Amino acid sequence: MRVVIAEDLTLLRDGLTRLLEAFDFEVVEAVDNGPALLPALLGHCPDVSIVDVRLPPTNTDEGLKAAIAAREAIPGLPVLVLSQHVEPLYARELLTDSNGGVGYLLKERVSDVDQFVQAVHQVAAGGTAFDPEVVAQLLARRKPLAGLTPRELDVLRHIAEGRSNAAIATRLYITEKVVSKYINNIFAKLGMPPSEDDNRRVLAVRMFLDA
Amino acid sequence: MMVRMMLRHRLLTGLSATADGLFATVLAVLNVPVLVLWVASLVLSPVPLLGAELLGVSTTVVRWRTDLERHLGRRAGVRLGRPYHPQPDDAEIGSRRWLRWIITDPATWRDVAWLLPGALVGVILGLVTVAIPAYGLVGTVLLPLWLFLGDVWFGYALFWPTTNFAEAWLALPVGLAILAGGLAVAPLLRATDVRFARLLLAPTRAAELRLRVAHLTTTRADAMDAQAAELRRIERDLHDGAQARMVSVGMTIGLAERLVHRDPSAALKLLAEARAASTAALVDLRHLVRGIHPPVLAERGLEGAVRALALSLPVRTEVTSDLPGRLDTPVESAVYFAVAEALANMARHSRARFAWVTMRHLDGLLSLEVGDDGGGGADATRGTGLSGIVRRLDAFDGTMTVSSPSGGPTVVTMEVPCALSSRRT
Repeated sequence: MRVVIAEDLTLLRDGLTRLLEAFDFEVVEAVDNGPALLPALLGHCPDVSIVDVRLPPTNTDEGLKAAIAAREAIPGLPVLVLSQHVEPLYARELLTDSNGGVGYLLKERVSDVDQFVQAVHQVAAGGTAFDPEVVAQLLARRKPLAGLTPRELDVLRHIAEGRSNAAIATRLYITEKVVSKYINNIFAKLGMPPSEDDNRRVLAVRMFLDA
Repeated sequence: MMVRMMLRHRLLTGLSATADGLFATVLAVLNVPVLVLWVASLVLSPVPLLGAELLGVSTTVVRWRTDLERHLGRRAGVRLGRPYHPQPDDAEIGSRRWLRWIITDPATWRDVAWLLPGALVGVILGLVTVAIPAYGLVGTVLLPLWLFLGDVWFGYALFWPTTNFAEAWLALPVGLAILAGGLAVAPLLRATDVRFARLLLAPTRAAELRLRVAHLTTTRADAMDAQAAELRRIERDLHDGAQARMVSVGMTIGLAERLVHRDPSAALKLLAEARAASTAALVDLRHLVRGIHPPVLAERGLEGAVRALALSLPVRTEVTSDLPGRLDTPVESAVYFAVAEALANMARHSRARFAWVTMRHLDGLLSLEVGDDGGGGADATRGTGLSGIVRRLDAFDGTMTVSSPSGGPTVVTMEVPCALSSRRT
């Protein structure tokens, strides 16, 4: 799998490269500044990219801007955004259409290597991987999506964080069959017609972010 | 519609200027006894026991009178600052120090010098201000008056005396025109009166500078205090939080090092623990950073940061912003925390269902409004939150006002003079 990395701190950039290569990713380019990122993303059209929000020269949100611009040019281009802090606002900006392939994690999640690599795969496969912290911040503020029971909300939260049905089942100590029943309930309550389309998961996450 | 509103506005300003003119005339007449009182008490001031007290009282009366004039000036749209030296802390009324404070202040003498010419100008202009609309009003009631009294010696405007019905009838439109003209010139006359007062009652250049220095001294002290307290808080947070956790991480790893050959599984468990502790340290650091300078503020500027803030509130909050550039970092930070405080207060106390934030920058003035549809009754003088906002903004010559009638809505308005850099985010 071909990867583009954008990270300005050498230590982290090299660490990420080493880590990903150890898991059979091919790092096609590792950039250390904002202006070089967009051409790299559009030029390589990688299977997945890992982008730091804050990049030189301005050290503001150039990485995020480039990621959003690249996804506008190539819809569904898988991007996993890393940052020292997470903002629901940014999560919302990243996921503006029904195309998945979006991740947004705290940098420190890299230290849990297995879970991080799983998140990268999840994003590459067109899923979502939002940091539990984003989800928690969204849940903390107000009444979430109308009509969802606490259990259904739990399931939706795990979907946003990028877990498969099997993983959700183990987390919540229920069977996969029950999980898919919950998921169907969620889709029905959010007004999504039954279909085999995986986009529904992404759409449900988007509605969760926008609520 | 627009024209009607403008006319209405002109009518109201004209009426209020006329009323002010009447008030100013009455006050101007008062100048004479005030002057007599002050001069008399100045002459009597060497008299032991009584003299100093008397001068104190009469000076207070003079200042009360000139403050009223300054207030009228503000109503007429001319800002007149108070020019007086600040009262010495330990001086009691009538004491020697207190006397010196009064006598050495040039503003005292300028006040007194204004009393007589001020009265003259005030009475003349005030009477004209009132007389023109009053004469206009007479015109509007001349017709019934004329009918009632019959053609007698009196007349109106162009017709002296008023001899027939047509001439009496014409008094109505002529009177209305005079009334309108009088109301139109009333604000100008008021402004002229106030400009005259400004010659002597406004702070001189030196006094203005002195007032400015006094203001800067207080705000600088406040800012330094706030900064020192902030640094202490950061030090404490680091000491009790991230630092302590890193110490424990180091200890745990050291322990794992010793165990790694003898008991690899226990060492692994310790390493996992160390990783968890390092994550917790990062959480602490993140919270700390958010309190010092929120990353989203650095990345997105005021508008983006306030939008992010609005997203995290339990109340639906609409943010509208018209900021074509970025603010300087210190102002940006102060304003952001001020808005955050206002919004937090709103979320805590107002029981609002909807809130809004508007941000505008016009002619070097940043104005923000934080409002909600809650129960109102917020009091700016109570609670540390709002006074904290005032202190933060004061360092930049910014101001905050709260309008919160019982029953709502609550609107907090903040204004900070500052420049925008053209850099777009």
